[in-house]
Amino acid sequence: MGGPFHELLVDEILKTTMDVCRTMLDCHVEAGTPRWEEGETGSTNGVAAMIGLAGKYSGNGIVVCSPEAACTLAGRLLTTRFENVNEEVLDALGEIANMIVGNIKTNLWSRLGEMGLSTPTIIHGRDFTTHTTGKHPWTVVPFHLEGQIFHVQMILTATPLLPASI
Amino acid sequence: MDVLIVDDSAAIRKILQRVLAQTNLSLGKVFEAGDGQEALNTLQANRVDLVLSDINMPIMDGLQFLAALKAKSEYASVPVVMITTEGSQAKVMEAVNLGASGYVKKPFTADHIQEKLRAVLPR
Repeated sequence: MGGPFHELLVDEILKTTMDVCRTMLDCHVEAGTPRWEEGETGSTNGVAAMIGLAGKYSGNGIVVCSPEAACTLAGRLLTTRFENVNEEVLDALGEIANMIVGNIKTNLWSRLGEMGLSTPTIIHGRDFTTHTTGKHPWTVVPFHLEGQIFHVQMILTATPLLPASI
Repeated sequence: MDVLIVDDSAAIRKILQRVLAQTNLSLGKVFEAGDGQEALNTLQANRVDLVLSDINMPIMDGLQFLAALKAKSEYASVPVVMITTEGSQAKVMEAVNLGASGYVKKPFTADHIQEKLRAVLPR
């Protein structure tokens, strides 16, 4: 079963990712079938650009892709060609994640209240997984761009209240 | 016209440089900074006529930078345009109250930026 905001997050991920790709990457992306993944997402080789959200509700938004897809996305953003993942590609992926997650946060403001947004953290490597503690699953939406696939995944849950004495 | 671009993303700084070059502004030097503190340091040695700044940045964010900048009498009338994913009404109002001349939400097109620059720059 999906998390408490699964349907809402699917709608927002679809809308915002397509808007960011159309406006900043000058391209149309095709969405695949949304799904949820319990606790830990599958093994990844490539790049994960992660943004934290914190407020009455908290969580994470991540753009995950292969090195080839990272080069394609960064190349579209900067209108240049990248053969390998380098600092510029990682920075571009961080900014793409920032725009997607930041706009989802803004769009959810009227329902979930103000949330703070972290600066991007970008992981690049082989055979890593993203894991979250707690019971709620990730909402994952795949997108297809120029023969490559990238995933936008989010998790959002109510932040536990701290005891008044703390 | 000398311009300062403040954004922690080198990609966005590069895109904004390109957008500025496409305008009909008589562009002089374009300085770059990765956060608000670096921007203030840059302005200690250089004078600019326009500032484009992100909000969410490490070390010193864009709103802290804007407040510090507008506290300097020589920058009170220099236009500052915030370019950010922070699109909530509260953030927009906070930036306007601190002295921002304009606000552009990411994602943006070159037209969005150019239209905003036409609105905030003196004719």
